[in-house]
Amino acid sequence: MSFLRRALALVLLALPLLARAEPFVFTAIPDEDESKLQQRFGKVADYLSGQLGVEVKYIPVKSYAAAITAFRNDQVQLAWFGGLSGVQARRLVPGSEALAQGYEDQFFKSYFIANASTGLEPGAQLSEALKGKTFTFGSKGSTSGRLMPEFYLRERFGAAPDQVFSRVGFSGDHNRTIAQVQAGAYEIGAVNYSVWESELAKGNVDPSKVKVIWETPTFPDYQWTIRGDVDQRFGAGFKDKVRDVLLNLTDPDLLASFPRQGFVPASNADYQPVEQTAKAIGLLD
Amino acid sequence: MLSFDRRSSVRTLNGVCLLLLLLALLALFGADLQVYPVDPWHELGRIGRGLLLPAWDDFPLLLQALGQTVAFALLAVALAVPLGLVLAMLFHWRGVRYLCAAVRSVHELFWGLIFMQLYGLGALTGLLAILLPFAATFAKVFAEIFEQQAPEPGLAPGPRVRGLKRYGYTLIPQAWPALLSYTRYRFECALRSSAILGFIGLPTLGFHLETAFKQGQYSAAGALLWAFLLLIATIRYWLRPRLIPLYLLLALWLLPQTPGFSNGGYLWRFISVDIWPAPLRAGDWSGTLAWYSQMFTEQVWPGLVQTLLLTQLALLLTGALILLFYPLATRALAGPWLRWGGRFLLLVLRSTPEMIFAFVLLLLFGPSGLPAVLALALHNSGLIAFLVANASDAEQGSRLTRPDDPRGLLRYAYLETPRRFPALLAFLFYRWEVILRESAIMGILGIATLGFFIDSAFEEIRYDRAMLLIAATAVLNILVDSLSRRLRALARTDAQRQPGLIDPPQKRSPKQTMTRNTEPQNG
Repeated sequence: MSFLRRALALVLLALPLLARAEPFVFTAIPDEDESKLQQRFGKVADYLSGQLGVEVKYIPVKSYAAAITAFRNDQVQLAWFGGLSGVQARRLVPGSEALAQGYEDQFFKSYFIANASTGLEPGAQLSEALKGKTFTFGSKGSTSGRLMPEFYLRERFGAAPDQVFSRVGFSGDHNRTIAQVQAGAYEIGAVNYSVWESELAKGNVDPSKVKVIWETPTFPDYQWTIRGDVDQRFGAGFKDKVRDVLLNLTDPDLLASFPRQGFVPASNADYQPVEQTAKAIGLLD
Repeated sequence: MLSFDRRSSVRTLNGVCLLLLLLALLALFGADLQVYPVDPWHELGRIGRGLLLPAWDDFPLLLQALGQTVAFALLAVALAVPLGLVLAMLFHWRGVRYLCAAVRSVHELFWGLIFMQLYGLGALTGLLAILLPFAATFAKVFAEIFEQQAPEPGLAPGPRVRGLKRYGYTLIPQAWPALLSYTRYRFECALRSSAILGFIGLPTLGFHLETAFKQGQYSAAGALLWAFLLLIATIRYWLRPRLIPLYLLLALWLLPQTPGFSNGGYLWRFISVDIWPAPLRAGDWSGTLAWYSQMFTEQVWPGLVQTLLLTQLALLLTGALILLFYPLATRALAGPWLRWGGRFLLLVLRSTPEMIFAFVLLLLFGPSGLPAVLALALHNSGLIAFLVANASDAEQGSRLTRPDDPRGLLRYAYLETPRRFPALLAFLFYRWEVILRESAIMGILGIATLGFFIDSAFEEIRYDRAMLLIAATAVLNILVDSLSRRLRALARTDAQRQPGLIDPPQKRSPKQTMTRNTEPQNG
């Protein structure tokens, strides 16, 4: 009998554990330095937790597609998406909205870079000499490594990239794009401008081997997107609170993880051009 | 083993090899193997430095990643073996065979992506992604092991004893050494799969390895790669049968705790909505037809052609490389000390993810089918050469060795290779479908294989396309599987086809069965 009573007491003791409030979960893939995600963004989670008064957790993901899936299936309620992945995610989750974007993301751009062996020089527009060369994008779902470069290629040459170039690859990452073009494995590549600048500053780029030949006009990129149902689940005004906390984030240590100098307000409408571009090149139906 | 009339068997073996050669020659015409002038030394130097000077500052994180890599592999194999055994007993049903071939045709990474839609990024997704294809593989190989057992013991319980009893009392005990040895081998494969699943976000070694490699942090990548090689190389020292129950409990405890979904129902949405094209769901038949025909001409057919071209070339090159590599790791040919060098080479070849080979070769040759073929052939030949070398070492000191056996090149050409060759070919045919599946992940080379399109479809959140392409891959795999079944039957030693010619005890010595059955499947 006493055993039963003890077991019952244990179960009752354990109940509050099960009833614990659900945590607010977010994910983020930075465009640079994806190492130690859990440690770096764990700090962001702690910060958010302290400011929001709810338990906040971070889930590391490897790809935009995984981030979108987690957001769609409500495994995460808040995500730091790229321009394109944000648009894809918000189309799949009605009611979700873009809360804030990085300061730099208001006027993001991509660089077209070329190996020195091509003899290509920087110009006001993409040179005709690009035709027939080998070319690599970054990741397939990247805004600055795929979507925008492909859009401007199509605009300039009136043809799909695989008709313009003799070969089109997807390096999977901006860093790989730079390494491959520098080694001449691909002659041309398209890369996120901020990754290029930071690799250049770190001395990982040899300017005698690879250089920027064209930069795209600016476009909006990374942003925080939140699910529409958070107010019901975490209390009225939760969404606005999250926005305020993000906009007031000034700790340089936390911002360095993204890496951005700060966050500014954003809305779904800001990403209209990205969505239209994605539709124009057939990435979205 | 040595009988007089081997001519017919030699002729079929030659025929099979000639067929492979012809297919590869044909593929050579269609494949794109251009070499581009490159200047890779800066990057290769950094990679080399990273490998020689590995560095990792967060030791607990490394231990955790290693632990979870083992945990996923161990649990998945523990569940896949019984499941595979049951399926193997039902393998005479065509439906089961086709189902298993279809399940095997999908790369673990894609299974991971599918289950991620249903269960999110968590332990269940990782387990299922390994468990499912592994169960299907166990089913196939176990069924073949059963097929190769001597029929006589089965007669003892009487003709009415069939089904489970026959398996329980005769076939399973008979095949036990072979089943065990294959399961052991598959555990190593499961470690690899588990590590590679980190590429899509599970917290295994691959998670950090892919990041480090992608971001050019080569000393971190080097540290992870060395840790993984060490893990694989020491399996037999830490995987003790008696410790397995303890390990399984530990594994359960180690599985990552990821916040799950707060509500269910995604399975139904995935099956009923996500994987069907929009026009079909709207009941628009002409639109549906247009969708399918566009998909076929733009992705399915070109992808199929590219996949087959790469696969055939890689298959032949794999065969050639095995013949080159396996003697380096055998006691008989390389000697008791030098063979450790060969063993190390084979360990590196079979344990390094192909993605890394593909990247290094891309730097060396530029983007074309060449790095893909080389990467596939290096990895798979490393694996098969390892098994072939093991078979050779197992024969050392057995009744088959004689004091007057030739040495060196003569031994290689006239003794070892002929003895190893039928098994080698059988291994190669097993690997065929694996190479087919792995050619999927060569998107960085700008080669549009079926897997390239599947990957794009997942990246673009177009599951309707992904499912159609996966179905096409599955059909291709079923065809390849049934063809390789036939060819393997031809390539097998003629033991079964000419039972009268070989004395039974040697033919069915456990060593023979074991070496013939530890066939490589999967990366």
